[in-house]
Amino acid sequence: MTEPARRGFSRSREPAWLKWLLIGIVYLIVVVLIIVPLLQVFSIALSAGWNAFVQKALVDPDSLHAMWMTFVVSSISVTINIFFGMALAWAVARFQFPGRTLLISMVDLPFAISPVAVGLMFMLLFGRQGFFGSTLEEWGIEIVFSTPGLILATTFVTLPFIARELIPVMEAIGPDEELAAITLGASGWQMFWLVTIPNIRWALLYGVILCTARAMGEFGAVSVLSGKIAGSTETMPLRVDKLFHEHDEPGAFAVASILTLFALMTLIAKAALEHWVLASIKKPDANEL
Amino acid sequence: MTFRGLAALMTLTAIGMSLATSGCTKKSSNSQELLHVSYDVTREICTAVNEKFIKRYEAESGKKLTIKQSHGGSSSQARSVIDGLKADVVSLALWIDINAIAKSGLIEPGWENRLPNESIPYFSTVVFVVRKGNPKNIKDWPDLVREGVEVITPNPKSSGNGKLSFLAAWGSVTTRGGSDEEAMKYLTDLYRHVPVLESGGRGATTTFLNKRIGDVQLAWENEGYLAVKESKGEVEIVYPPVSIRAEPMVAVVTSNTKKKGTSETAEAYLKFYFEPEVQKLIAENYFRPSDPQVAEEFKDNFPSLTMFRVTDISKGWDDVQTRFFVEGALFDQISKLAAQR
Repeated sequence: MTEPARRGFSRSREPAWLKWLLIGIVYLIVVVLIIVPLLQVFSIALSAGWNAFVQKALVDPDSLHAMWMTFVVSSISVTINIFFGMALAWAVARFQFPGRTLLISMVDLPFAISPVAVGLMFMLLFGRQGFFGSTLEEWGIEIVFSTPGLILATTFVTLPFIARELIPVMEAIGPDEELAAITLGASGWQMFWLVTIPNIRWALLYGVILCTARAMGEFGAVSVLSGKIAGSTETMPLRVDKLFHEHDEPGAFAVASILTLFALMTLIAKAALEHWVLASIKKPDANEL
Repeated sequence: MTFRGLAALMTLTAIGMSLATSGCTKKSSNSQELLHVSYDVTREICTAVNEKFIKRYEAESGKKLTIKQSHGGSSSQARSVIDGLKADVVSLALWIDINAIAKSGLIEPGWENRLPNESIPYFSTVVFVVRKGNPKNIKDWPDLVREGVEVITPNPKSSGNGKLSFLAAWGSVTTRGGSDEEAMKYLTDLYRHVPVLESGGRGATTTFLNKRIGDVQLAWENEGYLAVKESKGEVEIVYPPVSIRAEPMVAVVTSNTKKKGTSETAEAYLKFYFEPEVQKLIAENYFRPSDPQVAEEFKDNFPSLTMFRVTDISKGWDDVQTRFFVEGALFDQISKLAAQR
């Protein structure tokens, strides 16, 4: 068994069969794990016909509301993360301060913590029996089981995406251009809009796309905090799960296919972006305003 | 697509935000909204009852009424209400679950007697759902632990269906002359035959029906009938000679309704469940009605079997909880033993 492999290594060139075997395996995995399930989503969604599909996914008020909730929650979370990500990347890339390294590793925390734990954590903080529970109730502020809770959870879970994209770019660019702008008399805002933003725009956009994709699909943390009220605190992933449990497979897959379409759109946006960036690197002038 | 694009994006989201908040806070004195927090298997029946009640309420009061629903495992739903889910009414699988909410101070004590029939609008039992033709020939509780039989039942800790299945299995031994030791041994054996413990009754049905795992599901009677209907005859119901009498209960979450000003509507809504018209609807949805006349009318739909109450196998629900389901109690010991093989 080991004999041919060792010979393959010593020859410095892999035999052709190995190359094709590996490529074949990769294609097989992609087809079995990605393409077939993806097609399955659409075929089950359409199994009860076009009319049923439109009825379940685009007319049913609870499904429409779930779409609206997904839009609201992900757009607000992404906006918060744009501000947070830029502020953090700026602080970390431009300044030295105590606790800087710790801060950078803290940003990755949401990647490591299970979303369910995130949901429970917010529940223990803001729930009726939680740490701030009685104060919030006195002030009449609802966080858990309503929109703010869903936004909070989604923002937490997607926190690293934009910051992680921006930090290396801002570090690589360095402060020189910004310093030059200030020396030439630009105000802080002018420097930010005319120098910093154009430099980081691709990384920022890339981060926004990844962040949006993740925010739309978030399930774990949101399911803990949602309370599962139909037509009120249900986002699309929660709606899919619920319809599936109600034995409404065409309905579940109809909503799932819309969610998948949104995801595919972000994927296409990402691919297009990569294409543009490559093109603009080849022709440096194209990068100008 | 530069900073101008970004600015446009931010403006868009700002508009979205303001729209979202205005959409959420829109309320008028001429409309009422109830949130009904319930357990897993009542979705279809709630939807049907809500439709009828809304029609009547709007005709009588001239106000607009919306009833929102939330469904999940009975104990986890209770937990959500305790944690701040603003339910006006709850209908849960077990007395303990509503009692847990009452203990947290959200429901006034003595709630059981504020509605007709001790707040039990209907009852049910645990039956066996098996694959078409009953290939493993399952007829009675001891058949579940035969070699090669896989049993689907949800986790007793989070689900009413799970607790009742556990208690039904326990009672099937003790009410037929078995000792507690024999019951313990039987249950350990039983949970060895459970490949997955879902958190709620609906999850268990999905596992059994859609994912086709297991040979027999311990299900609510009504859930069993739904499964037969949904699967177009791929599964069938087997009535064991003896099972538990399951009594789901309803209550107004008084603390929440007082704050929202929905107390009267909430109470009227729950009383509606006891009226003959709704009792019939309940029977049509395969729950055993509490109204004796309606029960007589539908008696052919519900085969008779020996049903023992929780009090026949324990001193009551508090006793059940401490003896079987709290951390380290019998269920934990049993699942530990079952895992050892």
